[in-house]
Amino acid sequence: MEHIRTTKVEQVKLLDRFSTSNKSLTGTLYLTATHLLFIDSHQKETWILHHHIALVEKLALTTSGCPLVIQCKNFRAVHFVVPRERDCHDIYNSLLQLSKQAKYEDLYAFSYNPKQNDSERLRGWQLVDLAEEYKRMGVPNSNWQLSDANRDYKICETYPRELYVPRIASKPIIVGSSKFRSKGRFPVLSYYHQNKEAAICRCSQPLSGFSARCLEDEHLLQAISKANPANRYMYVMDTRPRLNAMANRAAGKGYENEDNYSNIRFQFVGIENIHVMRSSLQKLLEVNGTKGLSVSDFYSGLENAGWLRHIKAVMDAAVFLAKAIMVENASVLVHCSDGWDRTSQVCSLGSLLLDPYYRTIRGFMVLIEKDWISFGHKYSERCGHLDGDPKEVSPVFTQFLECVWHLTEQFPQAFEFNEAFLLQIHEHIHSCQFGNFIGNCQKEREELKLKEKTYSLWPFLLDDQEKYINPLYSSTSQKLAVLEPNTVSFNFKFWRNMYHQFDRTLHPRQSVFNIIMNMNEQNKQLQKDVKDLESQIKQHKNKQTDGVLTKELLNSVRPESPALKTSLCLKEQTLLPVNDALRTIEGSNPADNRYSEYADEFSKAEPAVVSSEYGVARMTC
Amino acid sequence: MEFSELIRTGQAQVELLRGPEMPPLRGTLCVTGHHLLLSPGPQATPDLWLLLLRSVDSIEKRGQGTLSLSLSIPSVAGDAGTITLRCKDLRVLQLDIEGVEATLDIARSIEALSSLESVITSFPFFYRPKGLRLGEAWHFHPPERYYKRIARETWSSPLPVPQTRAWRLSEANEDFSLCPSYPRAVIVPRAVDDDALARSARFRQGGRFPVLSYYHAPRGTVLLRSSQPLTGPQKLRCAADEELLRAVLAEARPGARGVIVDTRSAQAAKQARMTGGGTEAKAAYPGWKRLHRPLERGRPLQESFVRLMEACGDPEQSMDRWLSRLDGCRWLSHAKEALSTACLAAQGMEWEGACILVHGAEGTDSTLLVTSLAQLILDPLSRTMAGFQELIEREWIQAGHPFQLRCAHSAFSHTRPKHEAPIFLLFLDCVWQLGRQFPLSLEFGEGMLLALFDHSYASPFGTFLCNSEKERCLCEVRTRTHSLWSGLNQPKEQRKLRNPLYVPNPLAIWPSVEPQSLRLWQGLFLRWTHPPEPSEVAWEKVWQIATVRGPLTVVGLSRCGAQAPDAQSQQRSARHVESSRTGARTRVPCIGRRTLNHCATREAQVIYLICTVL
Repeated sequence: MEHIRTTKVEQVKLLDRFSTSNKSLTGTLYLTATHLLFIDSHQKETWILHHHIALVEKLALTTSGCPLVIQCKNFRAVHFVVPRERDCHDIYNSLLQLSKQAKYEDLYAFSYNPKQNDSERLRGWQLVDLAEEYKRMGVPNSNWQLSDANRDYKICETYPRELYVPRIASKPIIVGSSKFRSKGRFPVLSYYHQNKEAAICRCSQPLSGFSARCLEDEHLLQAISKANPANRYMYVMDTRPRLNAMANRAAGKGYENEDNYSNIRFQFVGIENIHVMRSSLQKLLEVNGTKGLSVSDFYSGLENAGWLRHIKAVMDAAVFLAKAIMVENASVLVHCSDGWDRTSQVCSLGSLLLDPYYRTIRGFMVLIEKDWISFGHKYSERCGHLDGDPKEVSPVFTQFLECVWHLTEQFPQAFEFNEAFLLQIHEHIHSCQFGNFIGNCQKEREELKLKEKTYSLWPFLLDDQEKYINPLYSSTSQKLAVLEPNTVSFNFKFWRNMYHQFDRTLHPRQSVFNIIMNMNEQNKQLQKDVKDLESQIKQHKNKQTDGVLTKELLNSVRPESPALKTSLCLKEQTLLPVNDALRTIEGSNPADNRYSEYADEFSKAEPAVVSSEYGVARMTC
Repeated sequence: MEFSELIRTGQAQVELLRGPEMPPLRGTLCVTGHHLLLSPGPQATPDLWLLLLRSVDSIEKRGQGTLSLSLSIPSVAGDAGTITLRCKDLRVLQLDIEGVEATLDIARSIEALSSLESVITSFPFFYRPKGLRLGEAWHFHPPERYYKRIARETWSSPLPVPQTRAWRLSEANEDFSLCPSYPRAVIVPRAVDDDALARSARFRQGGRFPVLSYYHAPRGTVLLRSSQPLTGPQKLRCAADEELLRAVLAEARPGARGVIVDTRSAQAAKQARMTGGGTEAKAAYPGWKRLHRPLERGRPLQESFVRLMEACGDPEQSMDRWLSRLDGCRWLSHAKEALSTACLAAQGMEWEGACILVHGAEGTDSTLLVTSLAQLILDPLSRTMAGFQELIEREWIQAGHPFQLRCAHSAFSHTRPKHEAPIFLLFLDCVWQLGRQFPLSLEFGEGMLLALFDHSYASPFGTFLCNSEKERCLCEVRTRTHSLWSGLNQPKEQRKLRNPLYVPNPLAIWPSVEPQSLRLWQGLFLRWTHPPEPSEVAWEKVWQIATVRGPLTVVGLSRCGAQAPDAQSQQRSARHVESSRTGARTRVPCIGRRTLNHCATREAQVIYLICTVL
């Protein structure tokens, strides 16, 4: 690779992010074509994918070397000190080049090779089939049909080819409506609720300006409300704050005038735009990264960042949508400005509340494919995959994942997947290791030939399924068919496992999930044992109809029974997951915590007494 | 005094509202000496609703259609009044009562009865539940029991011989003359005689001379607690007190150092000299080093609790307002400070081989908070159900935390706080934080902590009555009331109180004290406003997974039993179960008692099956 000048630097220090006493690990830093790798003296490896790097900074030279600070999109933050400035400079420059690619073809996905043949690759891409998904919802039916209007991306470039519209909406109406909507994104079906016969539709803002109207658009909305026999009214949710929508009118855009459309109820829900969200996350991360943070600073920082306020706003909108369908049987049309950020958030969360299928592992993949990928959420721009406009980057999808996490916290039994699944997906929207999230819309993805050149993420997640299973999941609970989350402020908490994913010391030291999984496993094994034994009973009964007990059989019963040794006694020991990588007791020595710095106060008087290293070894054994 | 004098009305028709999620109750309300009774009408479920009057924190009355009830308005048919009861367990109840007159009478009765000061007329002296015997489960002699444990541990200790038998049980306080707030027996260095203890007691506020709180056997270090020395502005010294602390160091491991953790700021400690208190002078206590870790106590802590509850009472507030109020009440800051001070003390013992003396001013509040938390961190035994109960008995009740004063009112009281402070609640919160970070290491669950909170403020049991051992002896609490532990240790309570995921963990548990790692204890502070129903169901499932070893096992067991060939071979197999069970016991790696039992019972099931194979 032409960007790499230095591949290996020794004696590099990795500083502890939160320690105020500059504790550090010494090791060797390697630079490869795809990763930055740090191996410390305990042979522990830290891998950082170049695509994950959001920011590299070279700070002013200090006595111990040249500091290099790297912040990642998956919220890892590392602080290296490189002994020689020239090495630091080389690495800094290489990382600058490697982390921001100019062309799609240079992304990791195009070189990543997981050793699958072409048919396996194709099967992987076919794992999520949206046509199948619409069939599951119950469309096409007497009210909704598949439209071929956008088959060649002629009407709207950022929509998928297959779109579902009301049966009574003719092609001229669709074309007319698309001309009246920003970027041609006219109202189409996102989710159909079979029992209520109500639909969630999505679109972009109308080009209404101060007074413009469009008969075809009005017809299309009427068609949508007519497609719902249960309620002739429909809701139009503008997910923007009222002020922003009004300001858009000056630019010839805006929102629907209730007087022009028959049977609509118009509603603003007030989710802020991508720029507000970006700076909010920025503020949140600044607070989190502070050394020696006090409780008070943390909460006032959380308040100032406004991040949880935004999460609550998204959640409130989704709850509003779900209520409109469940309580009033009304169809809902959702839009924001362009209909690919806030609209995707609200539509997908709304469907997640309504339909238990989306709360399964496979269903969640379908949901992301449908409401985010196919409807043109601009992943590459929002995640900054390429060296582009930094103003287009925004954590919209991260917010969606966080909303889902809040739901899993409130309804621990409603989801088939666990937190690790969400974190893994978040990891891969930035990693560019798989083709799913590359590009900004379906048309662009087809042009990039992603299905031939890259792999799909979903089969890899399914292969590792047992890691992502929620052991408490109850698929049959009727109570959890439709989720009605409580959105009082108390319920919104800081998602530590996301924003401090890699700060091991902040996490709980023992994992409940692990132990429940192990117990489940054990129970299964026990049940199997019982079955085996039962079948043995049957066999023996057949054999010993005369009721004679042989001495051999008696002996075999004694404690040496193999079933006991393997399945019970040994398993029992593994219940305490001492060596599990991330959140175990292993991390629990006081050297990891901040109060350990008072140790200095202890040792000042008599420095020679007990070295803390001795204690580390002792604790972790 | 008779209760009947205070009860102004017999009964009234009321409707009781118990928060948003619970259905309202309708029926006849009746005020008795200790309770508020509501018996629903004949058509409803026959369950009697009962509220201990002692648990009423504040009471508000309102007449409907009238501005004020103080103008005595003649009772008109159809008029009604409303009473809002705020309870010490943070519940808010509303009673809609027919008749303004009746409302007024009931309100006055409740007011008078809920604020009775006398201990011996309180409900625990009348409470006689079925199935429990008086005098049962009282830990009569926690210091003695603990001394036995230390003696055991010192004997088996690998440390050099002088280390063993360094401590003795002193009964110098037999008649509570040395220190009214200590129990009869305390553990002190063997080298210090009772006279010296008496002299040291005179040098410490309230007579609380340094005593052993915890012996950390793995490192041979100790945790001591006391109150502040009475150095005063003249910087007085006391030879016996100095000798006591010197003896501690001399008898601990060779070369051991001492650390005095003062729970006040250096300035506050200095200021205390003006009122006769103070802190240990460096020169007078060679080998001891002083650290100041200011912890909040008294009124600021109570106000923090009140402000937190105000914030938790408003579900309509915006996100920003909630966060700013959460920040403003500073409750979590207090939890963080308490935990990190306890970690500091624990770390000193475990890592630096230091002996730790903790004191603040009186040594009955934040001192106990620190010493008890430090033990939970270091001592695996104190994390078991029995060990935790003993810890609370020894480090809070016997150690003289004035429960009667501190828990007289909870967060809703309108009266100006005098001695109230939720220091025990702060302890429970810190334990909860530990339990969240080490979800497998505590044998008791959140239910236990909630029960302790409820009972410390108002209880039918006598455990948390009075302020000290001396008062309890005077009131004969131990012979005339039931112990909370006997109530909690009944088998039917266990599911609520235990942690199904407990796995004994012999290591120390070092919590993270970063603000990101601490969380508001919603299960307590939002217990009534915000029902956590889905998570309760999930917890039920956890129990199921953890305890029921598959209904199939049981089904299989019974079916196999029925299929056993004949009675004789069944008998024979039963014998085998016995023998192989004992055989198994010896082979199972000894992780802990409960796991062992689990293991044994489960094995027995399978073994039984194997036997029936024959």
